[in-house]
Amino acid sequence: MSVPDQTSPRATGTAAVKRGMAEQLKGGVIMDVVTAEQARIAEDAGAVAVMALERVPADIRAQGGIARMSDPDMISSIVSAVSIPVMAKARIGHFVEAQVLQSLGVDYVDESEVLTPADEAHHIDKHAFTVPFVCGATDLGEALRRIAEGAAMIRSKGEAGTGNVVEAVRHMRAIRAGIRKLTTLDETELFVAAKELRAPHDLVAEVARTGKLPVVLFTAGGIATPADAAMMMQLGAEGVFVGSGIFKSGDPAQRAAAIVQATTFSDDPEVIAKVSRGLGEAMVGINVATLPDSERFATRGW
Amino acid sequence: MSGAPTVGVLALQGDVREHLAALTAQGATAVPVRRPEELAAVDGLVLPGGESTTIAKLAVRFGLMDPLRAAVRAGLPVYGSCAGMVLLADRLLAAPAGQETVGGLDVTVRRNAFGRQVDSFESTVRLGGEAVPAVFIRAPWVEEAGPGVEVLGRVVGGEGDGKIVAVRQGDLLATSFHPELTGDRRVHALFVDIVRDARERRSGAVAGDERRADT
Repeated sequence: MSVPDQTSPRATGTAAVKRGMAEQLKGGVIMDVVTAEQARIAEDAGAVAVMALERVPADIRAQGGIARMSDPDMISSIVSAVSIPVMAKARIGHFVEAQVLQSLGVDYVDESEVLTPADEAHHIDKHAFTVPFVCGATDLGEALRRIAEGAAMIRSKGEAGTGNVVEAVRHMRAIRAGIRKLTTLDETELFVAAKELRAPHDLVAEVARTGKLPVVLFTAGGIATPADAAMMMQLGAEGVFVGSGIFKSGDPAQRAAAIVQATTFSDDPEVIAKVSRGLGEAMVGINVATLPDSERFATRGW
Repeated sequence: MSGAPTVGVLALQGDVREHLAALTAQGATAVPVRRPEELAAVDGLVLPGGESTTIAKLAVRFGLMDPLRAAVRAGLPVYGSCAGMVLLADRLLAAPAGQETVGGLDVTVRRNAFGRQVDSFESTVRLGGEAVPAVFIRAPWVEEAGPGVEVLGRVVGGEGDGKIVAVRQGDLLATSFHPELTGDRRVHALFVDIVRDARERRSGAVAGDERRADT
């Protein structure tokens, strides 16, 4: 049989490939790890990916100083320790850290407010990379600005390292409410909406038409228990990042597995009750309301 | 028997929504499957793209692995894309020690065969006589296929040129790529036809008279 000559050359780093990667992570839990051993515990517990970083957000908070991309040795040891995808964090605007992470073969870069920003005005031009990026957002306008820059996945910022889910709830509700509002506007009103959201009109119009972001939406920032994860899923998250919540708790392996199961069965309180039994100590939390503005991560990024 | 076939999508993790939409567009009644009783109610099943290690672990933890294996043995039509191909394979390469699969497909599959995410790509696949656009994400390939396995598609050009990326063995179908992401519905159309035919055969075997009376 003759094959029609319609073959196109192979293309890497396309929007379909970058966004499609995030689609594969849906319904899963991505866990912060600082060693290869933790990465293996996360993989065994059913994590869908791991986030390699030098210090979990709770330690960055406690120790202060400038938080940067991790040591390449540490990232490489995690990449070779597990078969699931590995993500790693670059500072906001620090495109060279991102270039380094891409050269190390990480599967996703998180341009993260948890690290100390390197540029006070500009985020990384993410279209310039083959590796896909995930970025944090506190509302719809911020999410769409990051997507315009090339982000292939969005997560709520929450307030990382606090064990307090309240900010993640605020951001997820703000993003979802923003989307719902757009779907009620007519064509003329979308121009003003784009101006108010400080986002490109074509993305605003796309969200208004489809009723969803053009990329996958995860939650992050302060998730510490199976019930936290399940609540964020019911609020419309398509998956969960857990940072300090697992390896700052009493029994990381068991808590990690419990959060994975609660994410899959987020609509089944009996499963959540079952996996929440006897989990031991959750991480010690911080009341976000007592945090001075200078110590908040969510206000980083623009 | 009449009406749309019911096709489940294993909904433990992965791109479930895209498969549900693709199946619905082919006239199937598409439903998510997370529990043994939900599995028992479908005429066919899709194992979606996702993280195969995660899906396998959750299937074991929630008592779904043995029912899945029994269903495949009993002849349930199953289609696996990417991670789903890994889960259907009888033998794995480059998998973590002890990764379980549902099995049933007499192939050896190499996980993440094309490389990491920076190597993920869009390309064209020869499927039968046709050129089909395909998205490969940390994709596996079929290293070796048993004698009863029909090779449906191969990669064209680049790394892994000629590697097997689409196979069929009876009512089991698997692709390395993600037709659920591209909007090309030929693979889902083929699978829904497989499910319809299987249902016809089953109902024909137990109620041939009834069907003749219907027409």
